[in-house]
Amino acid sequence: MRELLKLQDVSLTYQAENGEVHALDSISFTAQEGEMIGIVGPSGCGKSTLLSVIAGLEPATRGTVLLGGEPVNGVSEKIGYMLQKDNLLNWRTIRSNVLLGLEIRKMLTKENVEYVENLLETYGLAEFADKYPPQLSGGMRQRAALIRTLATKPDLLLLDEAFSALDYQTRLTVTDDVLSILRREKKTALIVTHDIPESISMSDRIIVLSDRPARVKSIHKMEFPPRPGQSYALPLERRNTPAFGQYFNLIWKELDVHVETR
Amino acid sequence: MWKRDNKAGQEPLSPERVAYLQARNRRRWAIRLCRIFILISLIALWEILARIGVIDSFIMSQPSRILKTLTNLKNNGLLKHLGVTCFETLTGFSLGVILGNLVALILWWSDFLSKVAEPYLVVLNALPKVALGPVIIIWAGAGMQAIIVMALAISLIVTVLEMLSGFLSTDPELIKMARTFRATRYQTFTKIIFPSNLHTLFNSLKINIGLSLVGVIAGEFLVSKAGLGYLIVYGGQVFQMDLVMTSVLILAVVAALLYWGVTKLERLVLNAVSHTKV
Repeated sequence: MRELLKLQDVSLTYQAENGEVHALDSISFTAQEGEMIGIVGPSGCGKSTLLSVIAGLEPATRGTVLLGGEPVNGVSEKIGYMLQKDNLLNWRTIRSNVLLGLEIRKMLTKENVEYVENLLETYGLAEFADKYPPQLSGGMRQRAALIRTLATKPDLLLLDEAFSALDYQTRLTVTDDVLSILRREKKTALIVTHDIPESISMSDRIIVLSDRPARVKSIHKMEFPPRPGQSYALPLERRNTPAFGQYFNLIWKELDVHVETR
Repeated sequence: MWKRDNKAGQEPLSPERVAYLQARNRRRWAIRLCRIFILISLIALWEILARIGVIDSFIMSQPSRILKTLTNLKNNGLLKHLGVTCFETLTGFSLGVILGNLVALILWWSDFLSKVAEPYLVVLNALPKVALGPVIIIWAGAGMQAIIVMALAISLIVTVLEMLSGFLSTDPELIKMARTFRATRYQTFTKIIFPSNLHTLFNSLKINIGLSLVGVIAGEFLVSKAGLGYLIVYGGQVFQMDLVMTSVLILAVVAALLYWGVTKLERLVLNAVSHTKV
């Protein structure tokens, strides 16, 4: 496996009206190709800020972000970002929505469009391609948002609380859905969530961040028996294993200590 | 999901549904009838009071005389006056909308400029634009130009403020989404900001069509050789209340038709760009 992402001592301090805010404090970690990395931490600790820095939306004050060996300067083309809301544009059809990224980057080639049509076909949205977002269920909309992100063929996906706007049941199926898509497309992903079970069910490794300013507190490897013939287990399968509860307690304690010392 | 009211060939409606639909239709008709009834009785009352001499028709005019003036006017260039007023209104309105949107775009683009412009916009918005009438006439020349500029002046600032606040309150998540695809500022505007502000645009159109008409009539009061505003002023000067009342009534119809035109356009455009029925 190749190292895809490397963070070296990334710190971020930003200036607000009423003072300086230290958001990130020398964060270092790496992500291998094809790895799912969960990021958990107390709310408001700077998880989303970390993703913004990795995506190049905000420059780091110190430290470097290397993607495929090259430093990230400005919004990177190799990164796909998925936000909490699906952010589908109501005035565009699903097809036109999932093509938005390619359209903005002026990459609407025949080949790319075909790739997107295939994704729509593979992931069950082909028959809804000419419908408008409000006509689709929350789960399907999130799937469309994922395809919009995949359309630009990113090497690294950043999922920022991508499922927390969905109701619990939809969420369980959608995480299963999205993870199997990511595994099949062999993507690397950073998954930010405040939901510990969700993180355990999706990630290969979990990075626990401290309270603000965020530091890497610990990194845990999640090991689950893979599904037959595969190298991974899907979220719902993981949730049914005894190891799941142990991992939960482990991560929970990591986070809990902090709440108590406050 | 609810059951749509059936078209031919679908399952029959339940009796409760039928009763509900009937009650709803009855109410709609009752409202419509009451409106018409009020209108007719007011006109009738006006006519009767004038005939029996309770009100002086020389000062108050009266429906039958208005009707006579109307037929008179039809052979006396009513269409010309109507055309002039409509032309001036629509020109001022269109210019106001286009310029207003352009200025709003520039101010959205540059946060610095918009902060700089803020106090000026506030003052210009509060200032009664009619007060600028004499200035406009001297600058633009006494004629139709001055009237169009007046209509423009009245609608411009409102459009700028309305559109700018719409642009600025666009869902930041949508903008962030576009940024993750490396959208330029121009792309963000054309693909996200403007389309998500179509409702704002039509709200401002609805306000502006009325404001433009106000500007045109005010302009015609000050300087004009034709138009409904001219007829009203002229009628007042020669003490012909029939002419004044007739012109005002025509103006009311014009105002209503222009507004209706905008709502019709809104429906057309919004239905064309999204399936959501308005």
